[in-house]
Amino acid sequence: MKLPAFEYACPATLAEAVALLAAGDGDAKVLAGGQSLVPMMAFRVASPALLVDLRKLAGLRRIEITDAGVRLGAMARWRDIEDDARLDAAHPLLKAAVAEVAHYQIRNRGTVGGSIAHADPAAEMPGIAVTCDAEIAVVGRAGPRVIDAGDFFVAPLTTALAADEIIVEIRLPAWPAARRWAFKEFSRRRGDFAMAGTALFYDVDGGGRAHNAHVGAIGVGDRPQRLAAAEAAINGAAVDMVTSERAGAAASAAVTPQSDIHASAAYRKALLGTLVERALQSACA
Amino acid sequence: MQVSFEVNGNSVSVEVEPRMTLADCLRHVLRLTGTHLGCEHGVCGACTILVDGAAVRACLMLAVQAEGSKVVTIEGLSNDEALTPLQASFRRHHALQCGFCTPGMIITAHALLSEEPDADADRIREVLSGNLCRCTGYISIVEAVLDARSAYRKPAP
Repeated sequence: MKLPAFEYACPATLAEAVALLAAGDGDAKVLAGGQSLVPMMAFRVASPALLVDLRKLAGLRRIEITDAGVRLGAMARWRDIEDDARLDAAHPLLKAAVAEVAHYQIRNRGTVGGSIAHADPAAEMPGIAVTCDAEIAVVGRAGPRVIDAGDFFVAPLTTALAADEIIVEIRLPAWPAARRWAFKEFSRRRGDFAMAGTALFYDVDGGGRAHNAHVGAIGVGDRPQRLAAAEAAINGAAVDMVTSERAGAAASAAVTPQSDIHASAAYRKALLGTLVERALQSACA
Repeated sequence: MQVSFEVNGNSVSVEVEPRMTLADCLRHVLRLTGTHLGCEHGVCGACTILVDGAAVRACLMLAVQAEGSKVVTIEGLSNDEALTPLQASFRRHHALQCGFCTPGMIITAHALLSEEPDADADRIREVLSGNLCRCTGYISIVEAVLDARSAYRKPAP
């Protein structure tokens, strides 16, 4: 499958890239790592008239860690996150989720911003962004703006990003050292998209009770989502076997996945419940 | 578009359409047909090459994106007629049957062992999960990679 014909531009500045997208009038697309876009073009799911390659924008590949949290440049690659030892403490949940992203060769090219913009409902990074209340900083013809991850993902492969906007940075709030967390997903073959997955965390008060629970789910809906019912089952409770089971059941009941060739809706629903339960047991261990 | 990069130590400058993948450029323009194309959408791993030292799928990269990079293909792993220790290990362990996936397997394993010469069988399996062998000779492939590790370990100072 050869790619459809397109024009190619490789701007040296962000402003130039935005101008090219704006001039493309909806028919131009950003090329980041190309690990989702290129296969989509091979299948003719996408056939943009212009690709705007961001590879010269070296500033977009930075990973910044401050007291306010972690800022991932949109062009940071999975491999960059994997290799960044600072993130083991600064955001262990991110690190664990990224370890599950795709295969070795894909991880050497695929980018954080590309995954967020692609918005696959089963992808790990959008799930982390939604679970962790991330902010997505973008820039377009009208200037910069910041979009809450919860408002960013609209439908499968559809986001709040305008045609002339480029993701610049993903901002994850600071991570307290004592926070309990886990990431679990299940796929039949390592590196494949998950049939279901969960990212979750909570904080523990002096009395051993959980609060600030965040439970995210991927692969079980048209976009990554937080599961309020599962969070309610955790908040105020001591996280143990019983709480884990309750939260798992609440998570399972809260989602309405679709059936496809990889798994039936009923299976995905059950799988999510099991994963949330196991994630909580590993988080409290 | 004109694009210049380095392939197996030689500078090349080629005229390509933007839509040409790096894999097709290597095979059809530069006639380096050791890089195999299986699925052409980033699933099978047969087209794996090294770009600036990292194993990547050549079917998911445009030739124009390679501007200024150092590319190494299966042809570039050995400078003479002799097999590299990794290649010899593949032969010793009968780690290839039809041979179609082999260039991608060898490049991937070479990238892994260059960085992690002590990778264990689990790590090797994890990394090679991005390379499909439809003869399903995975056991001998993993054994061949395990056996080649000593050649990648630096001698003790």
